[in-house]
Amino acid sequence: MDNRAAPQKWDTVIRPKKGWFDLDIRDLFRYRDLILLMVKRNFTVLYKQTVLGPAWVVIQPLLTTLVFTVIFGKVAGLPTDGMPSFLFYMAGNVCWSYFQSCLVNTSNTFIKNSDVFGKVYFPRLCVPIATVITELINFLVQFALFVIVVIYYAARLRSTPVTPNWRLIALTPLMLLQLGLLGLGFGIIVSALTTKYRDLAMLVSFGVHLWMYATPVTYSTSMIANKYPQMMGLYMLNPITPVIELFRNAYLGTQIYSYGYYFNSILVTLAVFVLGVVLFSRIEKTFMDTV
Amino acid sequence: MSERLLEVDHVSKQYRLGMIGGRTLNAELASWLARIRGKEDPNSKIGMEHHGPNETFWALEDVSFNVDRGDALAITGRNGAGKSTVLKLISRITAPTRGEIRIRGRVASLLEIGTGFHRELSGRDNIYLNGAILGMNRAETTSKIKDIIEFSEIGQFIDTPVKRYSSGMYVKLAFAVAAHLDPDVMICDEVLAVGDLTFQQKCLAKMADIAKEGRAVLYVSHNMRTVSQLCNRGLYLEQGHIQYDGTVEHAIELYGGSGVRSLRQDLDSLPHPKFRGDTMRMLEIEFLNTQALEYTINSTIEFRLKCVAHLAEPRVRIRLILKNSVTTPIAMTQTEPFEVAAEEVFERRVRFSLDGLAPGEYVVKLSIVSGTPRGTTTYYDTLEDVSRFIITDDPAYNAGFIWSERLWGNFRLKPLEMVE
Repeated sequence: MDNRAAPQKWDTVIRPKKGWFDLDIRDLFRYRDLILLMVKRNFTVLYKQTVLGPAWVVIQPLLTTLVFTVIFGKVAGLPTDGMPSFLFYMAGNVCWSYFQSCLVNTSNTFIKNSDVFGKVYFPRLCVPIATVITELINFLVQFALFVIVVIYYAARLRSTPVTPNWRLIALTPLMLLQLGLLGLGFGIIVSALTTKYRDLAMLVSFGVHLWMYATPVTYSTSMIANKYPQMMGLYMLNPITPVIELFRNAYLGTQIYSYGYYFNSILVTLAVFVLGVVLFSRIEKTFMDTV
Repeated sequence: MSERLLEVDHVSKQYRLGMIGGRTLNAELASWLARIRGKEDPNSKIGMEHHGPNETFWALEDVSFNVDRGDALAITGRNGAGKSTVLKLISRITAPTRGEIRIRGRVASLLEIGTGFHRELSGRDNIYLNGAILGMNRAETTSKIKDIIEFSEIGQFIDTPVKRYSSGMYVKLAFAVAAHLDPDVMICDEVLAVGDLTFQQKCLAKMADIAKEGRAVLYVSHNMRTVSQLCNRGLYLEQGHIQYDGTVEHAIELYGGSGVRSLRQDLDSLPHPKFRGDTMRMLEIEFLNTQALEYTINSTIEFRLKCVAHLAEPRVRIRLILKNSVTTPIAMTQTEPFEVAAEEVFERRVRFSLDGLAPGEYVVKLSIVSGTPRGTTTYYDTLEDVSRFIITDDPAYNAGFIWSERLWGNFRLKPLEMVE
């Protein structure tokens, strides 16, 4: 039974799980076609048997933004840093909903796919990655709509307050990457933990809702800065806040409070992402024994 | 010279008892609180001996074997012997606790057919998706899609969503994808239980080809006919250990003979399901009037069952359930109620007629039950796989037909009478 006499190379060696980090990136890369096919499947399945089909991608943010505009802008009369309130809320909303859908849709990875995971091997990380790509595509459609709205406002109003900051706009891919990594990171942490504690699945659905109110989506950071300046350090710990701030600043030219906090946010993002991958790759080998 | 494709090297797999199933944070907190206060865990099962956090169960212990090119290896053993665990480890669904598995080339595992198929997608899309899940890239699938569609016999329906397929079509398509993966090691677990006989034969032929082409097949099935048809090597597992590694004939013999078909069997040591067998327990069974548990059509089975009762019960019955070769229950019969006293060791001789049962292999499941006159039934003890017996075919009786379980099922009715 001793094979060491034969110096042939083995393609796969299965060992007990050891150590904290044994993610096989090459393996993931070999399955890239699977990721793409899953993205395709996600879209096909999502719009099967719907009347409006892909139009929902656009309807959702438009309606939400409209409701925000009416409730928070008109009824509650929250200031929007002098920006047209529709535009202001839309900027926050597209970013937030991208992050939120990444988080929510990756957080049930193990539970939702336990049938497949129990029968065949492929790098489990393919599933959440495909989800994030799906959400990114959804976001890009919404983002295109947002750009149209920005151009509309910038062109229509003579003394327009909308002043895009081109240098910051160039950073958009970085912001998207960060939002995606944050959503993915938190999502797979939750997915890894829900294999043992189902409570977290409950927590996610409304926790994300509460989280939105801790993020300047429906109001501006300047309100917090003016009313509770001593709380700013705490408030800015939320890693999403500086990203949304930066996004608004880039496209609308709102005041920014968070250059200093932005690096903070990047650090948190990386930490969350690495922690997520570690937990995920640790759970994926044995979760079939506990689910 | 044959090249080695797979080495399973001193592999063990441990499962933790009492940790299976999702727990809520609340339950975990309650257990933890009770532990630090030194009280009994509110989540432990009442009446069972305390399962400490280290209560474990070895599904496999120190298992080693090799697979070379050209091997068609059958893994036999009773339920719970560890067959499925072996396959799960090799297909990387769960990790071993100890030991190492080394694989050369690609493994295709068919632990279930059609894994990852999506109902809404067309047959063609599912071929790509399933192919990718099994490890093919898009270009490979494209180059094989013609063969896959042809093998699956789906034809014109390939662009219809699979939710409109019949279950037979579904299975055919799924097997076609897996069969064209060109794996170096192909793993199959009971996947052929579905689908019609012709297609089954086609699948077996395809798997035999894979072995002949110098790749390898690992096959698990309770259907010994397909095992002996396909495999050229056999492995017999018992309680997580390899008892035999050699010819398929002997592995099948062991599976048939060891315990499963011995005339007298110790039932006390068989794994009893949870909560059963505590107050009443089957101890031993002995089959009478037979030498090999092979019966002719319409004969009678007689056995003696020894049990112990720890409580008095006025209306106990012995219930017998027959399952066919793919372990689907097909028939039930039971004794009249009888009375037992507390702490009594009782023995009953019972017999039943095999009238109408078709030739084939059958599994006996036994229960000790009590029924109140109002119709509620209490199961005191249940054993799924007490014994197997064979009813031999008699072509003279069937006017030259060989009985086909797949086509005709497990019951042979009385001759179809022509009136007039």
